This record gives sequence, C-alpha cells and structure tokens, in this order.
Amino acid sequence: MKQFSTTYTYIFSLVLCLVCSILLSVAAVGLKDRQVANEQLDKQKSVLMACRMIKAGERVTPDKVREMFGSITPKVIDLLTDTYAEGVDPETFKEKDSPLLPPMDNAAGLSEISQYAQIFQVKKEGKVDRVVLPISGKGLWGTLYGYLAVASDGNTICGITYYSHKETPGLGGEVDNPMWKSYWPDRKIYDADGNVAIRVIKGAAESPESDPYSVNGLSGATITSRGVSNMLQFWLGEEGFGPYLKKLREDGSV
Amino acid sequence: MQFGKKERETVLDPLFNNNPIALQVLGICSALAVTTKMETALVMSLAVTAVTMCSSLVVSLLRNNIPPSIRIIVQLSVIATFVILTDQILKAYLFEISKQLSVFVGLIITNCIVMGRAEGYAMQNGPYMSALDGFGNGVGYSLVLMAVAFFRELFGSGSLFGVTILNPVTSGGWYTTNGLMVLAPGAFFLIGFFIWAIRTWKPEQLEDN
Repeated sequence: MKQFSTTYTYIFSLVLCLVCSILLSVAAVGLKDRQVANEQLDKQKSVLMACRMIKAGERVTPDKVREMFGSITPKVIDLLTDTYAEGVDPETFKEKDSPLLPPMDNAAGLSEISQYAQIFQVKKEGKVDRVVLPISGKGLWGTLYGYLAVASDGNTICGITYYSHKETPGLGGEVDNPMWKSYWPDRKIYDADGNVAIRVIKGAAESPESDPYSVNGLSGATITSRGVSNMLQFWLGEEGFGPYLKKLREDGSV
Repeated sequence: MQFGKKERETVLDPLFNNNPIALQVLGICSALAVTTKMETALVMSLAVTAVTMCSSLVVSLLRNNIPPSIRIIVQLSVIATFVILTDQILKAYLFEISKQLSVFVGLIITNCIVMGRAEGYAMQNGPYMSALDGFGNGVGYSLVLMAVAFFRELFGSGSLFGVTILNPVTSGGWYTTNGLMVLAPGAFFLIGFFIWAIRTWKPEQLEDN
C-alpha cells in the first residue's frame, strides 16, 4: 500500500474541504433567488387558500398567485398593545426580526411567540372583507403552522389551511384534506358571551346553522384534533387576535 | 467506454441478486419514512441514485490519492457535498416535494447504501465501473422504494401519484383506508414480504442456519 506523509494528509483534506465548500457556496448563492421566490409564493398561496380564493386541489400558475395577491394588504399587529405595530413595514416584515413575547403558558403549547404577527386583509370596495390570521400550535409530532380566514364580522370563519406540519400522513396529516377543510366555512368563533367556542369535536358535527361551534374531528388523530382546538383557543383568545377581532367586529374600518 | 456483460451485471445485479435493501438490508430508515406517497418516493429514489452514482464516481477518481487514515471522512465529505447540492436543487425547482421530503434528503448522507458503495466498491474499482455500480445500487434501492410506496399509497390513501383510485371515506367515497399502511410499521411488513418474495424466487439468498 502506498504510504502518505502527515503533511500530504493535511494538504489533501484542506484542498478537499476548499473544493467542496466553494462548490456548495456557488450553488447556494446561485439558487437562492429561486428558493426565496418559492417560499414567498408558497406562503401567498396558503393565504389565498385560507380565504378560499384558490380552491383546494386547484393548480394555479405563479403569475396568477401574484396577481390575486395584489388585492391583499398585509398588516403587522403588535400582540402586546393589540394595535398595528409602529415602525414596521408590513410588506417586508419577517417573523424572525420580531421580538418575542415574555414566556407564558399557552393553550397552543408554543415555547416562543413573536410579539408581531403579520396578518392579511382582503378588501372589497375599499372595505375589509376578510382577514387572514396566522395560527400555530403543537400537534402530535411537531408544530402545525397555518392560516385562518375570518369574515369582516370578526366571528364567522371563511376557511383554514395548514402550510407546514409533521403529522402522520393519512391520520393527523388529513388536516390537508379538502373535505375536512370544507367543514370550516360559516362556523362561528365566539359564543354569545364572547368566549372562544369553536373546537374540533370527536365524531361528526351538525350543519353550521344548527351546530356553529363544532367541527368534525379527524378520525384516528385525537391529539392533532385537540391541537387544532387548542391553538384556536389561544390565537383567537385574549392573548392572541381576540382584541383585534373584537375591534373589527365593532368597527369594520380597522 | 464499453458496455459489455460485466458492465451489465454491475448494473443489474443490485436489482434482485444483490439488492441493497432486500439482501443487505441497508437504507431501511428512509424506506420507511418517504414511502407513504409514490411522488415523494420517486423523487427520493432519483436523489439517492444521483448521489450514489456521483459520489462513487468521484471517490473512485480520487481513490489512489486518498490517505487511508482519513478515507472514511473523505468519502463522507464527497457524499455530503452531493447531498447538500441535491437538497438545494430540489428546494429551487421542486419546492412542494422538497417540503414533504423535508429532513430526509439531508439524511441521505447517513444512508448506508451510499457509504457502502463508496467504501466497498469505488475504493477498489475504476471510475466508469464505480459510476455504473452506484447507479445500479441506486436503482435497486428505488425499486424497493417504489414497490413499497405503491402499496402504501394505494391502500393507505386510496391513490397513486396523488390520483384517486379507491375513493376514500374521508373524501366522501366508499374505501376505508388502511391505517397500518400510512404508519411506519406498515412499511416494515411490506419490506418483509418483499424480502420473502425475492428469497422464494432466488433461494440462494437464504442465510444458512
């Protein structure tokens, strides 16, 4: 067998590392624009799906998504003061730039909650028609991230969608099922006393008219279903978007 | 560069005679994780085949210059480079699927098949044969992955490549989906059946008691 000196070994590993890292840097820089555009597009698509401007399973071109998104205004809410955050540009807002809220026990099971949250307003004839709120919370295997669309009365749900989760495909992963999502529209969030009443129940719920606060459970996925209920409890409650929705309810012009 | 009997055997052997999953029982982890849907299994198969082929080729080209004391780490660096490259390309061009594959593309680095071919074959053979060997093993892996994914998606979700074949109850149809198929243990059973079928067909693969 050929003998290699220690110096050779060092030089060999150094050169290898350099070549590999240069190759990867070039690829990472070269592909970055496309990747960022993809992520952006994916998020916009989720927002449009939550407010049902894109139907489930519908294939839309990137240009169409951008065009539809033109009618949507992003806003950033400060969850501490429940007003629009000052000094933050909603168009370029990134969640990672936001300060964190002081740690608290929360129904959603989140260990960190950003103080600022980006929401989206869908306007019709100059008035807010629907708002799309980001929601997140623990499921069975990890955190689910999604959007909930609420009508301008601040109480009626328009739709829900999850864009990232780690639930079991076929069981908890059925949060992606168009059939399950179709149970959500026209359900009500708050009961007569203003408490968050919407929840995912075990088994099947009645029609939105007779049973407005319940949504069919996901069979075989009790913990995921409970996670969805809990995250809504948190995000629509006092600590979350509750005060904002209340304002929207009382004064549609926010 | 010719493609004779020896070359053909190098490519075809890993399909059934020496299948990396069925005979060597390597790469099981990802075979369980990404086979709930055929689409993800296909992309994963292509990724593993590309990585195995490219890394075998490069390791083989370097084989006479790699100091033996650091050969494993050199192989790993080469493999890791290709895996990260694949991951970046998927994120740029197949975003939806890369979201579903999530961490498993990155975990190709630890896939024993890739390492095994680099250390076990490419270190002793020329670049052309090593690339063929890597390709063959990648295809052998893909074959099992696709077979497992076929059954898991058909019986677990009632569809193939996302196209509904058996309309499931959850979408208002008649087919009650098989929960075992969508969970990892379902893949274990299927791989078990696959190994059983191959060993019944080729009894020489049976281990001596």
